[in-house]
Amino acid sequence: MDTRFLGLAAEDWQAIAFSAGVSAAAVTVSLPFGVVLGWLLARRDFVGKALLETLLNLPLVLPPVVMGYLLLVLLGRRGLLGGPLHDAFEIDIAFTWAAAALAGGVMGFPLLVRAVRVAFQGVDPRFAQAARSLGAGPLDAFLTVSLPLARHGVIAGVVLAFARGLGEFGATLLFAGSRPGRRTLAVQLYLLHEQPGAESEQRLWRLVTAAVVLSCAALAASEYLERRGARRDTA
Amino acid sequence: MIRLEFACSLRYPSGFTLDAAFTLQTSITVLSGRSGSGKTTILSILAGLRRPDRGRIRLDSTVLFDSDARMDLPPEARRIGYVFQDYLLFPHLSVRRNLLYGWRRRPADAQPPSLERVVEVLELGELLDRLPHTLSGGQRQRVALGRVLLCGPRLLLLDEPLASVDEALRERVLGYIEQVLHEWDIPTLYVTHNAAEAERLARQRVCLEAGRVTSIEAANDVGDKA
Repeated sequence: MDTRFLGLAAEDWQAIAFSAGVSAAAVTVSLPFGVVLGWLLARRDFVGKALLETLLNLPLVLPPVVMGYLLLVLLGRRGLLGGPLHDAFEIDIAFTWAAAALAGGVMGFPLLVRAVRVAFQGVDPRFAQAARSLGAGPLDAFLTVSLPLARHGVIAGVVLAFARGLGEFGATLLFAGSRPGRRTLAVQLYLLHEQPGAESEQRLWRLVTAAVVLSCAALAASEYLERRGARRDTA
Repeated sequence: MIRLEFACSLRYPSGFTLDAAFTLQTSITVLSGRSGSGKTTILSILAGLRRPDRGRIRLDSTVLFDSDARMDLPPEARRIGYVFQDYLLFPHLSVRRNLLYGWRRRPADAQPPSLERVVEVLELGELLDRLPHTLSGGQRQRVALGRVLLCGPRLLLLDEPLASVDEALRERVLGYIEQVLHEWDIPTLYVTHNAAEAERLARQRVCLEAGRVTSIEAANDVGDKA
């Protein structure tokens, strides 16, 4: 039944591609919010900052299944927001492609914000002041000076959040389900593990290897970009 | 000749209080005083980078800050060229793009010198495609100076421009500064605590101590300077 490439079955490749797709979509959508929040946390003091930080970091410490359940309560067909969305526009989020992206995005968001925040904290705020004194408005100074100087950290955060989304399991299983063709890499691994037989075990090991390689590559890219940024911009 | 009126106070959380007032109407005014006397704070306030608690700043007919009228012109609207003590060249941009950063954002009525002339006077031709971290202290100083000149500033703020330059290069960089001030005749507030620099450049001298102006003196040999 399988057309194998690099020893992985088509179904396994589909799971990798699906994971990569939803994770990329999640990071793309969350990036602008992550950059703004990271900058705010790095540069501004405001009422409720500690509370915002706690809420942002919640997905890091809560069991992913809990996050999945909360998403379901919020955005399920009978959820607090999902109910009105379904009734008014017939839009369903739970158990769709978007649900997998949202679950991955929510779990990776704290990592993105954290990396962006650290990146902005590493940029001397006086560069933006210099830009302002040279005639740039606040947004102009941010886009042409602060953000480019923080870019390596931002990219590192993107890679980390992408890798986190790629491996997301608990929240995804609860909120997005495990229908064929919409299985993430982690869900596919779990299902293979549950299937008895030597072939399943072989596929499981190959998929595990692929997951390790992908995660290592993402981490290495993230480390490289962070170090490169630190080296070049403080020189 | 431009007229600058400054009367501001600012209290830091540390307890240090700046409470300074002066009026300038000469081409080069040296602001001198010990470290921590408030010199850089005055420049930051003038550039709009630090907001005083109260006071008023007027540059000719333009009110830059007036706490009573709740007016605070943003830095980008002040047209004040600020050369920071550590230059703050943008590390991700080449020397050329650093130089053109303010020039591209100049107001319609500004008439900055041309890039070619600034490059010629400050001898930056060889450096245009290099990144700031590859430059020496003296080269960075010249780029920072060129960068603010190209904005077409109405007032120039130089914060200890020779502080980070090697002893051997100081005379050369000072020569560039003198040439720039002579060629473009931009009113300048020059911060230094070096007596020789102050003596050589100043037409007027404002002395600060613990955040207060202790004296405002006209230089004795004004006719020989700049």
